[in-house]
Amino acid sequence: MSSPPGRRARLSSPGTSRLSSEAREELRRRLKDLIEGNRVMIFSKSYCPHSAKVKELFSSLGVEYYILELDQVDDGINVQEVLTEISNQKTVPNIFVNKVHVGGCDRTFQAHRSGLLQKLLHEDSANDYDLIVIGGGSGGLSCAKEAAKFGKKVMVLDFVVPSPQGSSWGLGGTCVNVGCIPKKLMHQAALLGQALQDSRKYGWEYNKQVKHNWETMTEAIQNHISSLNWSYRLKLREKGVAYINAYGEFVEPSKIKATNKKGQETFYTASTFVIATGERPRYLGIQGDKEYCITSDDLFSLPHCPGRTLVVGASYVGLECAGFLAGLGLDVTVMVRSVLLRGFDQEMAEKVGSYLEKEGIKFQRKFTPVLIQQMERGSPGVLRVVAKSTEGPETIEGVYNTVLLAVGRESCTRKIGLEKIGVKINEKSGKIPVNDMEQTNVPHVYAVGDILEGKPELTPVAIQAGKLLARRLFGGSLEKCDYINIPTTVFTPLEYGCCGLSEEKAIEVYKKENLEVYHNLFWPLEWTVTGRDNNTCYAKIICNKFDNERVVGFHLLGPNAGEITQGFAVAMKCGLTKQLLNDTIGIHPTCSEVFTTLEITKSSGLDITQKGC
Amino acid sequence: MAAMAAALRGPVARFRSRTRAWTRGTRGAANAVGGQQQQQQQSFDLLVIGGGSGGLACAKEAAQLGKKVAVADYVEPSPRGTRWGLGGTCVNVGCIPKKLMHQAALLGGMIKDAHHYGWEVTLPIQHSWKKMAEAVQNHVKSLNWGHRVQLQDRKVKYFNIKASFVNEHMVQGVDKGGKVTLLSADHIVIATGGRPRYPTQIKGAMEYGVTSDDIFWLKESPGKTLVVGASYVALECAGFLTGIGLDTTVMMRSIPLRGFDQQMSSLVTEHMESHGTRFLKGCVPSLIQKLPTGQLQVTWEDHASGKEDTGTFDTVLWAIGRVPETRNLNLEKAGVNVNPENQKIVVDAQEATSVPHIFAIGDVAEGRPELTPTAIKAGKLLAQRLFGKSSALMDYSNVPTTVFTPLEYGCVGLSEEEAVALHGQEHVEVYHAYYKPLEFTVTDRDASQCYIKMVCLREPPQLVLGLHFLGPNAGEVTQGFALGINLPKVMMDRPPQTVHLTFHFECVQMWGVICTGDADSRDPSHLLRRGGETAHLQALRPGAHCDWMLRLSHHPCQAEGTRYAM
Repeated sequence: MSSPPGRRARLSSPGTSRLSSEAREELRRRLKDLIEGNRVMIFSKSYCPHSAKVKELFSSLGVEYYILELDQVDDGINVQEVLTEISNQKTVPNIFVNKVHVGGCDRTFQAHRSGLLQKLLHEDSANDYDLIVIGGGSGGLSCAKEAAKFGKKVMVLDFVVPSPQGSSWGLGGTCVNVGCIPKKLMHQAALLGQALQDSRKYGWEYNKQVKHNWETMTEAIQNHISSLNWSYRLKLREKGVAYINAYGEFVEPSKIKATNKKGQETFYTASTFVIATGERPRYLGIQGDKEYCITSDDLFSLPHCPGRTLVVGASYVGLECAGFLAGLGLDVTVMVRSVLLRGFDQEMAEKVGSYLEKEGIKFQRKFTPVLIQQMERGSPGVLRVVAKSTEGPETIEGVYNTVLLAVGRESCTRKIGLEKIGVKINEKSGKIPVNDMEQTNVPHVYAVGDILEGKPELTPVAIQAGKLLARRLFGGSLEKCDYINIPTTVFTPLEYGCCGLSEEKAIEVYKKENLEVYHNLFWPLEWTVTGRDNNTCYAKIICNKFDNERVVGFHLLGPNAGEITQGFAVAMKCGLTKQLLNDTIGIHPTCSEVFTTLEITKSSGLDITQKGC
Repeated sequence: MAAMAAALRGPVARFRSRTRAWTRGTRGAANAVGGQQQQQQQSFDLLVIGGGSGGLACAKEAAQLGKKVAVADYVEPSPRGTRWGLGGTCVNVGCIPKKLMHQAALLGGMIKDAHHYGWEVTLPIQHSWKKMAEAVQNHVKSLNWGHRVQLQDRKVKYFNIKASFVNEHMVQGVDKGGKVTLLSADHIVIATGGRPRYPTQIKGAMEYGVTSDDIFWLKESPGKTLVVGASYVALECAGFLTGIGLDTTVMMRSIPLRGFDQQMSSLVTEHMESHGTRFLKGCVPSLIQKLPTGQLQVTWEDHASGKEDTGTFDTVLWAIGRVPETRNLNLEKAGVNVNPENQKIVVDAQEATSVPHIFAIGDVAEGRPELTPTAIKAGKLLAQRLFGKSSALMDYSNVPTTVFTPLEYGCVGLSEEEAVALHGQEHVEVYHAYYKPLEFTVTDRDASQCYIKMVCLREPPQLVLGLHFLGPNAGEVTQGFALGINLPKVMMDRPPQTVHLTFHFECVQMWGVICTGDADSRDPSHLLRRGGETAHLQALRPGAHCDWMLRLSHHPCQAEGTRYAM
């Protein structure tokens, strides 16, 4: 940090020499703010040669300092009076370093010679750090690295509390370790299984006995993840961000306690905090669940093939896991309490579900487990699951090797001392409400990522929000994170990509009569030869009739939906209309071209089934 | 026949009239003239010559508008005797079989990948051309059938006849058995497309070579293949042949993918070379001879060394360009002008030829992109204009396309060369990045050629002129981005500056997302300028950095400070 000459602080208060006790308190508070808010605070007079000497000293040390010239402010006399009360020193210059009163000119030079000054300076700013980020996931890391770019002193605390099954992992958060990355790779493994089947139809010939080896796959994926963990640490080091593998917990408004694996506690202070602790899978709270069930925290590093699996929950996590497990050849059942893919377009969700059924996944609708028992130990063992109907007294039983809970996620916000510093959370969901600047109700505490109330739980969103937050905090930027029209894809065996509103939400926002929905079923060319169903893949756009048929919702169920959706999301950001889709030439032969030729409206009721032979 | 044609020349003046009554009225006259030859004459509102993508789309649209429509389609067998059904090039000997064989090749790659993902595939892995070709051909045949059914459903009369003009309102068609049919129509659309060019000057070329007209219909594997040419047809064919395990060589005279961005094109061939396709660059074949073994001996000249060389192949595939199917149409009888240089039909913005009621669409029309979707759209719009549904013209600018080489190359808008030629080097800014798809990490696949590039104007709002994407699924990825290039045309309700800015910015962001495989480097990206000055784009996004996953290219332009890494 090098920015001499020092900046000048200004105090403007009515220039009276007689102070009321109220005004005196007010001035005292402001002076304390100046002293606490600045690493080096110099109260001086512009003409004083001693003051000038001190300024020169700090300049020569390359240290940033704040100056208040008492002869140049209206209430200089009062300031000097209150300063005397605070420091027991009447004269100027009056120097404070890291909140510590050093003294005047001579004592400052003395401190410099004795090394005390350096020691005080090295204790650094009023706080240890400019920014402490709690949580080293997508959002936290992006925020920390961005802040470091502005020359700020930044620390990241990351600590993975082992799952009830004992799984833990390295730096990078959910996405890298137990989310997007391993999930997409296992999805790819399942797609390759499909490709192996398809390939015979395309003339490839090899021994029909193709088995899948869970250990090989998992090892390859875990190796990739380890390389990512390592690269994140390296990157933090490169950018000068301090990283501590410790559990962070607020103890004071500007102080946190960091507890490492061995239970050693260290305390750090910072002027700004960003909470990016993310979420962890929820448990059911029934007998045997934490003991015998696994979650997505465990699945991707499971040392043995899960075997016959019950997936509890139809969130996207549940369906994605069910999808690739079935794709790897396992017997999979999904137990659903109510709807599939809550929050997503329900027509699409049902289509996703029926494709999974076609892939051999069994669904048990309107049931919820009440008891998990271990019948046999082993890798995997045998578990007995008792489930109860959500609609009546009926119960069912099943025997599985593995029970995977995917019943939602809980914000990691309840055990990080938020109550001690007064950061409000939604008591029910544990989520943190923030304003449009990601600021919590406590001004110097911010939050990004999955723990935000009412925001999408997506890696790219957290990354973007974290980065923009750092730029606003330290880079003078005003740009806010735009949470509208964020595309996402559910990587079920047949991918579902979407951007904008679900049909239900669109109807809620715009009213049904103001919307036109265009849709069609389509048959990917690659599916023809393999004889796969010609009425499975589906494209839908929802347009606002009274705004140039602006596209407010984009939905696609088909191969490579993830890749396709990106470009359309860009167009939606720019204000995509139906006309633009009509005017754009398709790329032939692809799946994505279906959107350039959507003609049939839902309201027309016309048949959209494909009549291929 | 000549006599008949001469006799028919008489009433030309009458045919000029566009009224239906007139043309209908000629039926009797024509029958009377040709009566001895048992000709039938039928008249229509619209006659389409050529049952390919454009022709069929035009015919079906016109029929839907209640018009009486006929389609005349006839496939002249290739020199090797290959023939096919209704649907034109795309369906029979183009996009469809090509993409399916491309898929076969991709599946081969996936089989190799599979073991990394835990699939225990036991060696050896073999490929049966026969099985693949049969599957592909069966699908194509089902499409032929589908087209016939669609025409029938829409009451479009289909004639499997070889058509040629008698005069400007009348066409005569000859069927396989030599039977002649006369068709007259108020409007005639020529949509006969093109066929592969043979280098007739090369001895043995016609006799022993095949083209894309034949390759998809071969019953047996082509074996060791020499592909001559570096058009997209050539590279796509060479790509899938290599992919299914055949020894494949591409012989190119000059540059690959003429007309496409040359940096992208060389990456395409670089990727193919690193995946087993051999390239003979700067070489031109001079002689094809059949050896007693049945193999073909090809003699070529290496332009660089001036030396002659020979090689032995099982198949020689010519992919040196296409010629429009205009020579047998007797266009002069109707007064339709062609460009004498390339034999393509000269058309205006309305797709009208030199004769106002005769139109040409698709590959046969001069200056049009040779792409199925443009032909389809042009045909539809033409029918709508002719029969009063709309007056909209076909917009041929910014048509996206994808080359289905093993690593797919998708693009829309201008190539870098075109942008520079049009706007000058100093006004063009290029953003680019190399990236590694997530799926490549586990399999350790080489991603040296996975590359994206955005060509923009340098002045804010940095209008995006061209997008180029080289990587898996480029076809699927490019489509959505192609929308943005056309934004200014339709976003009349928004300030174009804003639209451009947003699009530019979002592209950078999204491509940043695609670019990178892991969460962290999925950073919606920033723009790094190589030169010293501050980029105006940094006003949008302060703090520039280059992601560790993204390598900067060795492209010479970078040194000039004109490139950003996305």
